[in-house]
Amino acid sequence: MSEAVLLSYEKSVPGRRSEVIPKPDVPAYALPEALRRKTPLLLPELSEVDVDRHYTELAHRAYGVNCGFYPLGSCTMKYNPAVNEAVAALPGFAQAHPLAPAHAVAGCRAVMEELSESLCRIAGMDAFTLQPAAGAHGELTGMLCVRAYHESRGDAARKTMLVPDSAHGTNPASAAMAGFTVVNVPSRADGCVDLDALSALLDDGVAGMMMTNPNTLGLFEKDILKISRMVHASGGLMYYDGANLNAILGLARPGDMGFDVTHLNLHKTFSTPHGGGGPGSGPVGVKALLAPFLPTVASLGETGPLQVKAFHGNFATLARALAYIKTLGGDHLRDVAHHAVLNANYLMARLKAAGYTPAFDRPCMHEFVLTLEHERETTGVSALDVAKTVIDYGMHPPTMYFPLIVHEALMFEPTETETRETLDRAAQVMAAIRADLERDPEAMHTAPHSAVIGRPDEVRAARTPVLRWKPEP
Amino acid sequence: MSRYVPHTPAETRAMLDELGLADVGGLFADVPESVRLTGPVDLPRGLSQMETLRDMEALAERNTRYRLTLRGAGCYDHWIPPMVNRVACKEEFLTAYTPYQAELSQGVLQAIFEYQTLVCVLTGMDVSNAGVYDGASAAAESAVMCRERGRAVTLVSACAHPDTVAVMRTYCYGTGDELRLIPEKDGRTDAAALAAMLAPDVAAVYVQQPNFYGQLEDVTGLFAAAKAAGVKCILGVNPTAQAILPDGREVGADIVCGDLQPFGIAMAFGGPSSGFMACTAALVRRLPGRIAGQTVDAQGRRAFVLTLQAREQHIRREKASSNICSNQAHCALIASVYATYLGPDGVTAVAESCLAKAHAFAAMLCDIPGVRLRHTGEFFHEFVTDLPVPPEKVQAALEATGVLSGLPLPGGMLWCVTEKAGREDLLRVAQTVREACAQ
Repeated sequence: MSEAVLLSYEKSVPGRRSEVIPKPDVPAYALPEALRRKTPLLLPELSEVDVDRHYTELAHRAYGVNCGFYPLGSCTMKYNPAVNEAVAALPGFAQAHPLAPAHAVAGCRAVMEELSESLCRIAGMDAFTLQPAAGAHGELTGMLCVRAYHESRGDAARKTMLVPDSAHGTNPASAAMAGFTVVNVPSRADGCVDLDALSALLDDGVAGMMMTNPNTLGLFEKDILKISRMVHASGGLMYYDGANLNAILGLARPGDMGFDVTHLNLHKTFSTPHGGGGPGSGPVGVKALLAPFLPTVASLGETGPLQVKAFHGNFATLARALAYIKTLGGDHLRDVAHHAVLNANYLMARLKAAGYTPAFDRPCMHEFVLTLEHERETTGVSALDVAKTVIDYGMHPPTMYFPLIVHEALMFEPTETETRETLDRAAQVMAAIRADLERDPEAMHTAPHSAVIGRPDEVRAARTPVLRWKPEP
Repeated sequence: MSRYVPHTPAETRAMLDELGLADVGGLFADVPESVRLTGPVDLPRGLSQMETLRDMEALAERNTRYRLTLRGAGCYDHWIPPMVNRVACKEEFLTAYTPYQAELSQGVLQAIFEYQTLVCVLTGMDVSNAGVYDGASAAAESAVMCRERGRAVTLVSACAHPDTVAVMRTYCYGTGDELRLIPEKDGRTDAAALAAMLAPDVAAVYVQQPNFYGQLEDVTGLFAAAKAAGVKCILGVNPTAQAILPDGREVGADIVCGDLQPFGIAMAFGGPSSGFMACTAALVRRLPGRIAGQTVDAQGRRAFVLTLQAREQHIRREKASSNICSNQAHCALIASVYATYLGPDGVTAVAESCLAKAHAFAAMLCDIPGVRLRHTGEFFHEFVTDLPVPPEKVQAALEATGVLSGLPLPGGMLWCVTEKAGREDLLRVAQTVREACAQ
């Protein structure tokens, strides 16, 4: 077991510092006292080697895709290619100022144009904005485009956004931020959208419908063309949440399924690293009818109704994604989908053979959901207990308790970059956990036992929040 | 085997056999023929990694590499210590997801906790979240936090960055709330105009310090007026300037926000950077985004977790305080490494250096006939000069010497000087400007 790591603030020693900034070669400027801070700046004072080791210790207490299998459902934790990091670090890109004259940043503009064009072809859209910084940010942007479109036609009474009950939580939250009233569309027993229920909800107050396909259960919505025809017939627009595009990359396109607007998660399908929570990038593609409403950049003198971020978007992430697309090319894109879906079905079959119950017993797309409802009832072991036990076997757990419509859900997304051996090993881990579950369910309630900490007291964290370090009084 | 897909053809075959499938097409039986592509996506064939890198290098080389950058306007060319990149490249930070599994993510969570402490120290606020997309969206989300029944209007200084104003306006459009611009006077927020705008329906006022023109606002005065009218006060700050300027608590802010790009994050054509948001304890449950908190495990060991999640979209869905999910965690880490590496003296030294060099350069420029400071107030490291010639002419003259000039504004230029400029560099720049102005 590794030792606890003190906070950088606790390691601080007054007077210990790295003097790296030269004294200015011009006279100091005497700012009036009223404009000077009175509060001392209590940052850590550490030597260079202290800083280096501090972050190395923290890195050792973290787990990335480089450490091992990371089948976190809905997050597409595929391998992040090294060459893309080299691209992002190129000085010509890294040192480009966002408001430099256009000719001086021709390379950056070319990257953005080529990426937009590539994404249009991949998604079947007519235009893209690269400004949104993440998937949810793209959803907000897309929702605002939908609203601006209806208003431009004098159709401002369309205030309802339909969202399937299996949707990512960001979908309803984004629709609400764009001023829509969210109405849930129930799923049928087979996990797909209930067309009768949808039909009953469609009227001239519907602005659109948000969907992800395959949906969050890892199932392809077979009725998608019928759904988009129904929504269009009522005057609404179709929004595609691109979080699950990895399943159909190069095989099918949102634009051909009747979607009018989509965001894509470059940090999922297009291999850019997740960074412990970001930065991502959530470009939004639209059919021509929505192109006039895409965001503009005020600091470039552009005037338009929408802007969601300063400057051009997360450019370094865009450059990585373009490098990925160039490497795969038109000929290899679909290998991604083929093997993402093959790996998911292979792992699902293995886990089923080990005695687990898929929430929907039919072929899946890029991810699948197990339900541990039966195990919970018979042994008291929950999906949480199983996930925490996975950590003791040296693997990252799958997503827990999502989607919300499956009880005791565990959601696996292996991605295409994992080998058969890795999947076999994961299946062995899950089989071993199954044996644990029958032999010693009590021990599983307190797992993990081999991590640097046991289960944290989350109730205490929320009831008596300690959200920053403070010096001893 | 194909690119980034490790399966040999024999393995693919064996796996399909186990699933009882004749070919991969059998995996996609649920995808109707009518929506399937009949051939490959219409893109060039895939490249080897060597070719990809060469292609991307060629694109990067189409950008002009300046030896000196005197342009800021929301994106700043500071020196980035090599230690920052060393930590940034650690893959356990780079390739991890959001730390939902606390036991496996203590390093990431502790880094966020330290980051939140940094933001609280800089801003003087009680609580910080784990960060948002950028400074502009941080300002927009801050305005959302302040709205109450009957008080929904946001007053925004016209001297704020144009992108910040545009993004705040967009978020207001989404929620159907009104944004009113407080006019500018001599490059600063017009205090008299603000006083007249403090109506009972106003929720918050947003002021940027230093403002877009580099001017230092009388934030204490502006906020005192707002507070007297029951209006919440949001301060947008530059973290470098914050090292020496009064913190948010000293000037009476309820929320302090901004962009951490100046703290060790490459300009990278404007992104990614990281937005920060910090507030008083009273507002914590309205704060959007992730927050790391300290607790203990069953054995009493210190542990860090994502906490107060009842505010967030994955729990609250359409009733969440924001839709934000992914933020810019890796950039927030970089900023934290930067501040930890430089320490209080280093961060202050950068700020003092910027302040001194900007004033020295302003004096050099104002020695040129027809060049004068446009505004009369104090400034930090940015300032506007009037020019006797079109600013594009000065931009071109400096570009010929490998220098990115200040940002052209109508009839003038918004300059920025950081610690990277030396006195000799600045004297040469001033000489070039003098020649351009004389022609």
